[in-house]
Amino acid sequence: MRAFQTLIGRDLRLAVRVGGEAMTLVLFFIMVAVIVPFAIGPDRPQLMRLAPGIVWIAAFLSMLLGLDRLFRSDDEDGSLLLLRHSVLPLEAVVAAKVIAHWLVTAVPLLLATPVLALLLSMSWAQWVGTVLALLAGTPALTSFGALGAAVTVGLRRGGLIAPVLILPLAIPVMIFGVGMLDPLAGSGALLFLVALSLLVTVFSPFAAALALRAAGE
Amino acid sequence: MTVDTVKQPNWFSRLAHPGYFLTWTRYLVLPLAIATILAFAIGLWFALFNSPEDYQMGDMVRVMYIHVPNAWLSQLVYGTMAVSALGTLVWRHPLADVANKAAAPLGAAFTALALYTGALWGRPTWGTFWEWDGRMTSTLVLLLIYLGIVALWRAFDDQLKAGRIVAIVTLVGALNIPVIKFSVDWWNTLHQPASVFTAEGPRMPPSILTPLLVMMLAFTLLFGLLMLVRMRTEILRRRADTLSRQAALAGGAK
Repeated sequence: MRAFQTLIGRDLRLAVRVGGEAMTLVLFFIMVAVIVPFAIGPDRPQLMRLAPGIVWIAAFLSMLLGLDRLFRSDDEDGSLLLLRHSVLPLEAVVAAKVIAHWLVTAVPLLLATPVLALLLSMSWAQWVGTVLALLAGTPALTSFGALGAAVTVGLRRGGLIAPVLILPLAIPVMIFGVGMLDPLAGSGALLFLVALSLLVTVFSPFAAALALRAAGE
Repeated sequence: MTVDTVKQPNWFSRLAHPGYFLTWTRYLVLPLAIATILAFAIGLWFALFNSPEDYQMGDMVRVMYIHVPNAWLSQLVYGTMAVSALGTLVWRHPLADVANKAAAPLGAAFTALALYTGALWGRPTWGTFWEWDGRMTSTLVLLLIYLGIVALWRAFDDQLKAGRIVAIVTLVGALNIPVIKFSVDWWNTLHQPASVFTAEGPRMPPSILTPLLVMMLAFTLLFGLLMLVRMRTEILRRRADTLSRQAALAGGAK
């Protein structure tokens, strides 16, 4: 357990001290939402109607595009090889990295949602619903992304492959996440979303570890 | 006294040997091709000339004889790929990843054809090429998954490593497809009640069912034939790669 916590701490420190990738991600997240009014016009009622969907698209893109680096830098400097032979099983290593990655990517996005809520003139209820949905859905996105990152870790020119592979698989997250805000759906969507998130979070470290082992052979 | 501890390979592992596979499939390609052509000839004759028109759709109903077999294959091929992925991961069957690689573009093509014929059929009968109907949407997502797998195959240089990694993705996809299907159905019923398809089961007269079944058989045979040829080509291509690498090594040593 200590090794697990140490690994999370290491990834958090790396994220804070090196590169500032989390900041860039938040910037990208906000920018996607900023260009939408230019594309569909500044009509406030229309923006308000589309706002949750826009926030979800922005979150989807920034989470999945940012995940390519999850294992890449560790693979390049050789620490992934060390981690494969550490006391922790590789599955736990992946789980720790997923948790750390969720903390440095999803939490800033959640903190940035008030800005988007203002820009897209969301109502209070819409904003609360969207934050809840993102809170429930982003672990699934990170876990799917971890799988994509593990699968493409050995590829030198694999930058776009991971999102292309993962996006169709992650469609249910989007459906239930946006569906939560539909008054007709009730609480069913939230329950489905949480269930999906839990399942994916539990199973994806095993699949990702399998892929990392196959890539390292 | 010596004890023979080496286990004799059973038929399954003998099948696994790529060279042996090339030998026994050599005599299979031609008969399978003839069977495919025959099935298509019979099926198309039934479908185009010897089946009744629909009382509402007229001749348009004949699109069904192409559309339904393709839709059936779009799922059968993914099943084949999932089984071959298990073969790669569990038994490390050397032909399993060849089968997966051979099947992926075929699955993408059949799924694309199912969507295309569906659009051609939908325009005159429903008045639209595309509707965000549950089944159509999940077929579209299936096509995207196929294309992702094809892209992943092409991204790797080392085909053996690619085989194991694609197998993982294929299995994750196989587990995820029911979830996608369920979520899309849920999403669609939320937005609009099912207006396009009504579940009434196969209530077809035999005059329509017979050509449909023959066409499904024909397309399945076509898949088998293409699969076989693609697998043989892939094995030969890998062998040629190895030979040219050996030749390059030998040339470099001189």
